[in-house]
Amino acid sequence: MSDVVLTKKDFTSDQEVRWCPGCGDYSILSTMQSFLPELGIERENIVFISGIGCSSRFPYYLETFGMHSIHGRAPTIASGLAISRPDLTVFVITGDGDALSIGGNHLIHSLRRNVELKILLFNNRIYGLTKGQYSPTSEQGKITKSTPAGSLDTPFNPISLALGAEASFVARSVDSDRKHLTEVLRAASAHKGSAFIEIFQNCPIFNDGAFDSIKDSDTKGASLLQMVHGQPIKSETHGLVHEGASLKVVELASVSESDLVIHDAHNPDPSYAFALSRISSSDLSHVPVGIFRDVARPSYGSLVNNQIDEIITSQGAGDLSTLLSSGDTWMVE
Amino acid sequence: MSKPVVALKQVTIRFAGDSGDGMQLTGDRFTMDTASIGNDLSTLPNFPAEIRAPQGTINGVSSFQLHFADHHIQTAGDAPDVLVAMNPAALKANIKEMQRGATIIVDADEFTTRNLSKVGYETNPLEDGSLDSFKLHPVALTSLTVAALSELALTRKEAERSKNMFALGLLTWMYHRPTEATENFLTAKFAKKPEILKANLLAYRTGWNYGETTEDFSVSYEIAKAKMPAGKYRNISGNAAMAYGLIAASQQSKLKLFLGSYPITPASDILHELSKHKKFGVITFQAEDEIAAIGSALGASYGGALGITTTSGPGVALKSEMIGLGVMLELPLIIIDVQRGGPSTGLPTKTEQADLLQAMFGRNGESPVAVIAPSHASDCFSIALEAARISTTYRVPVIVLSDGYIANGSEPWMIPDVDSLPDLRVDFAKTQEDFMPYLRNSETLARPWAIPGTKGIEHRIGGLEKADKTGDISYEPANHDFMVRTRAAKVAGIKVPDLEVSDPTGDANVLFLGWGSTYGPISAAVETLRENGEKIAQAHIRYLNPFPKNLDEVLKKYPKVIVPEMNLGQLAMLLRAKFLKDVISFNQVRGLPFTTAELIESAMGVLHE
Repeated sequence: MSDVVLTKKDFTSDQEVRWCPGCGDYSILSTMQSFLPELGIERENIVFISGIGCSSRFPYYLETFGMHSIHGRAPTIASGLAISRPDLTVFVITGDGDALSIGGNHLIHSLRRNVELKILLFNNRIYGLTKGQYSPTSEQGKITKSTPAGSLDTPFNPISLALGAEASFVARSVDSDRKHLTEVLRAASAHKGSAFIEIFQNCPIFNDGAFDSIKDSDTKGASLLQMVHGQPIKSETHGLVHEGASLKVVELASVSESDLVIHDAHNPDPSYAFALSRISSSDLSHVPVGIFRDVARPSYGSLVNNQIDEIITSQGAGDLSTLLSSGDTWMVE
Repeated sequence: MSKPVVALKQVTIRFAGDSGDGMQLTGDRFTMDTASIGNDLSTLPNFPAEIRAPQGTINGVSSFQLHFADHHIQTAGDAPDVLVAMNPAALKANIKEMQRGATIIVDADEFTTRNLSKVGYETNPLEDGSLDSFKLHPVALTSLTVAALSELALTRKEAERSKNMFALGLLTWMYHRPTEATENFLTAKFAKKPEILKANLLAYRTGWNYGETTEDFSVSYEIAKAKMPAGKYRNISGNAAMAYGLIAASQQSKLKLFLGSYPITPASDILHELSKHKKFGVITFQAEDEIAAIGSALGASYGGALGITTTSGPGVALKSEMIGLGVMLELPLIIIDVQRGGPSTGLPTKTEQADLLQAMFGRNGESPVAVIAPSHASDCFSIALEAARISTTYRVPVIVLSDGYIANGSEPWMIPDVDSLPDLRVDFAKTQEDFMPYLRNSETLARPWAIPGTKGIEHRIGGLEKADKTGDISYEPANHDFMVRTRAAKVAGIKVPDLEVSDPTGDANVLFLGWGSTYGPISAAVETLRENGEKIAQAHIRYLNPFPKNLDEVLKKYPKVIVPEMNLGQLAMLLRAKFLKDVISFNQVRGLPFTTAELIESAMGVLHE
């Protein structure tokens, strides 16, 4: 164990938090500030890098190193930093527009490379900072400022997308569930390589109540399918069973406990996690939360740095004078 | 009986053929063998963007021009003295640039009715008298090569592929080049393909012997060594020199070299070269796109590495927002733009200088960056060191404007003594109380380079406007005005050397003022003009932002200033705007360097108007 002892207060910066009252970002921030001391890592060795959007103000409020960069590009900056500085712990804070619209390309490539990044996608299914246009995760038919007659786009499923991009760690949590989110953050931090976490986050101004069905005490018991490795996947009333190559939600009453799918987050076959990801429907009647996939794969930074180390070990460190004089040379007297 | 040998002062040879004929390799080898015997030289590769354009068509012609001499030379030569044309398309594409009396060697086997009609020859130029004013040598290159290789277990097609080595062997004989280095090169290149190696060596020697024995070639030529400063030399292209310069900058600064790059012509060779040198701890990251390339470089720079991205004009357009972030974050960042013909995809393999205004102004807001440009191939080495000096000292993005001519062209380079290279070590911010990330150095106006991992100076930066000193977000009007002016003042205050003017008589009225790769052609024109008794001054701008402090004075001194550019007058526009000087713009955008002749003509018009 590390002997670094810090508290939540140590991770709270002096900046005034400027999100709207009631924003889900507050609880994510608070959870993060409470969780960070647990890592046992000095503040100077932690870096938060964000893009643009409401969520991307996050780094300002943490007493670590931080960069609020440009729209969609946080994974690029974070990749350069994480690869060249493997001693640092690097988080990327992004939103559904930032990560999946303008920055979609960087997200998928960071995940396939398995760069040592913890990517937190705050998904509120709306554009907040630009005041209420639909986002790439908004349900089809969404009435917004830019779609008064209803949006026509088919939304992304961020979990399916991350899995398709070869992500080695993929999880989902909810802004208001501090305990669950902390557990997911803990697992993500223990993972080597990219960890992708989708966090359902309520925007009280432009998309209020988007996640009510998984938050209201009346309904959440039924809708939240808890994924715990080695345990049956189920909510209070429903469970998952195999149906051919796919998975299906059934009422617990209609099956015996032994028919339920036992969760295997370490399953090397990504099609299992993909099938899980397809359970979440736009109407959120049944939503798996927890870790979809957590498999071991070398991180990109370790591959890059090992390759360099091996070359230096076998060939010796480079000598500039030798390099400049390489190839055909001749003397002029 | 040995054949007579004629001494020449200089020769320009152009090898031309289909893009699959191996003309670039042939030219490269002739260049290396020429460099090794001590001639001065300059090269101009010229190839199509298509990897294999339709065979035998004008569009598919690839050429390599080499100018070599017994004295110092500045350019790859205007009109070639010798053209080697591997097919009718190569002849047709190049004949209009040949002057009467020049030597033309063609592969006669390729002049079939079908090939001739493919490029619109109605009659065979080898027979219709249209080439009577040239020294024409029709050589059955293909069939001689195939016959020479008949003993080898090769298909006809495979055997034909060695005909470029036959041509190289012939030219090697004609100009008394040594053969050993090329034989060693082939041996290494085809070590795993013994039959192909045999074919290439045999074709090369057969070509050489053909020159020695056939009566068609009655004379061979010698070009004495050029007088060059004493030292150890190698031949180097601009892109290789840039890569070496960046490694040198990393060594001299003790910073890890991080290159984020996305492949793009004509810059990719810098990525290729750097990726070979991991034993220097070099990280080369081939990103998913141009934006990720520069983003990763900026991220690495934030972490204390020497962050570099290499690209060409279209890539700079994509990177512009990230360059703006670099301006706001005030972090070191090096952007190498190997310019090519534009706009849009333009002419990917051809040269141009039309990104100057993009480099200066191609971003939102007031977004000043340093802009510097190498003047010739080997100058890329020192410009890379300068880019590192400026960007790490002033914590500012630096755009280096190379171009296709410099990047692919090569010249002999006196290898510098490593001990003579500048010390580029940097200071990172140290642990301190009440750290202020935007508290500036009073001399350079640079803010601290405060890298993660340093205890006690944790802070947040970003693209939003910063408050002076604290770096907190600030929308305060007076602060923004102050910060905009401060960033501009920082770049304006970058220390750069004064502009050197060459004016031997001291009383010239006309100044040739260039920047970038026009240095060679302008210098060659100036040399000839002076030999002809003309009074003309010359200066070349390496530092485009900020300009040298004495530029104003230089512009005032000369009543007439000619500014040749491979664009429509971008430097001229800057000079007019900044110094109210009505310079004379001389422009061409043909994707090729200026010829010495056209520059002389432009100068004569101004000198004697």
